Amino acid sequence: MAEFTLPKNSKIQPGKHHAAEGAKKPRTFKIYRWSPDDGQNPRMDTFEIDLSSCGPMVLDALLKIKNEVDSTLTLRRSCREGICGSCAMNIDGTNTLACTKSIDDCKGGEISIYPLPHMPVVKDLVPDLTHFYAQFASIKPWLRTQSPAPSDAERLQSPEDRKKLDGLYECILCACCSTSCPSYWWNGDKYLGPAILLQAYRWIADSRDEDTGERLDDLEDPFKLYRCHTIMNCARTCPKGLNPAKAIAEIKKLIVERRSA
Amino acid sequence: MSDLRNPLQRARGLGSAKSGANHWWMQRMTAVALVVLGIWFVITLLSLMHADFATAHATLAKPWNAVLMIAFTTSMFWHAQLGLQVVIEDYVHTRWLEVSLMVLVKLLAVLFALACALAVLRVALGA
Repeated sequence: MAEFTLPKNSKIQPGKHHAAEGAKKPRTFKIYRWSPDDGQNPRMDTFEIDLSSCGPMVLDALLKIKNEVDSTLTLRRSCREGICGSCAMNIDGTNTLACTKSIDDCKGGEISIYPLPHMPVVKDLVPDLTHFYAQFASIKPWLRTQSPAPSDAERLQSPEDRKKLDGLYECILCACCSTSCPSYWWNGDKYLGPAILLQAYRWIADSRDEDTGERLDDLEDPFKLYRCHTIMNCARTCPKGLNPAKAIAEIKKLIVERRSA
Repeated sequence: MSDLRNPLQRARGLGSAKSGANHWWMQRMTAVALVVLGIWFVITLLSLMHADFATAHATLAKPWNAVLMIAFTTSMFWHAQLGLQVVIEDYVHTRWLEVSLMVLVKLLAVLFALACALAVLRVALGA
């Protein structure tokens, strides 16, 4: 059966409390901590942060904690402007990017931060995305053609056809959507998940790609594609405002289109 | 993660089954059929609210009503089987149990659909 409860060694314990003395504008962060090295269960550490000396985004608070309070706090981050997708994590109950999530937009007093749900954890807020990336590679995400490349020009695309890639090309593969999807939680070993299916549709929708049929062949599978039950968590959580569920629906429509009713 | 396999080998797995579209399409077709037939079913039931057994029997025995009734029960069990298949595929990850449940649900759905059809036919043909 699908596992609905955490195994014993993954049950989360209360953790350390780091108070901020004399803070003008205190805000509390509860952060998931787990290290592979100490044999302990995961715990929730509490950090009080003075927002009067902190940047506006959740990533600013995390870096302030790492710089000033606990340097062992482990997280991925790179661009700090929502284009690399490294700092995807579960903040205040929603998967999003720490660098584009404003602290003021978090509801309630305490802000809880977990790694992306239902993924193996490497350490603290760093999930293991190996399988996610392998699934991306499995759809062969590049322009596949039969015709030889023009010798002295690019493969051309009309502005109308280019427009069809809007809402698809912006995906940064942060994995927020896939890890918010219950179908991906229960069947992520085989189900490709919203992020990879949106990427697959990005190539299916590309007017220059000549492998559309093979792409649809590869996706037409009860598990790879049809585990999507239009739950819509993907569209709700996408930090770039994209709609993977719509891309998946378009793939299903094309597969129906090429067969007889 | 220590079986030395490349992650891509795991992700590609056994490849695409190249099926599933028919299941998806039939789920929608039976759903549309159930909406139409369901409305007919409710209207027929309401018209028989205060009727006695003989009237109800005679109504169901009418050819159109008998045909629609069999269509209704058949698409109902067909749709139920398709839906339960999705639930089993989603949540049952023990392969032998998954296959057994799926076969069992299919057999029961066919059996119940046949039983309903026989019941309606007996009324319609006056056995």
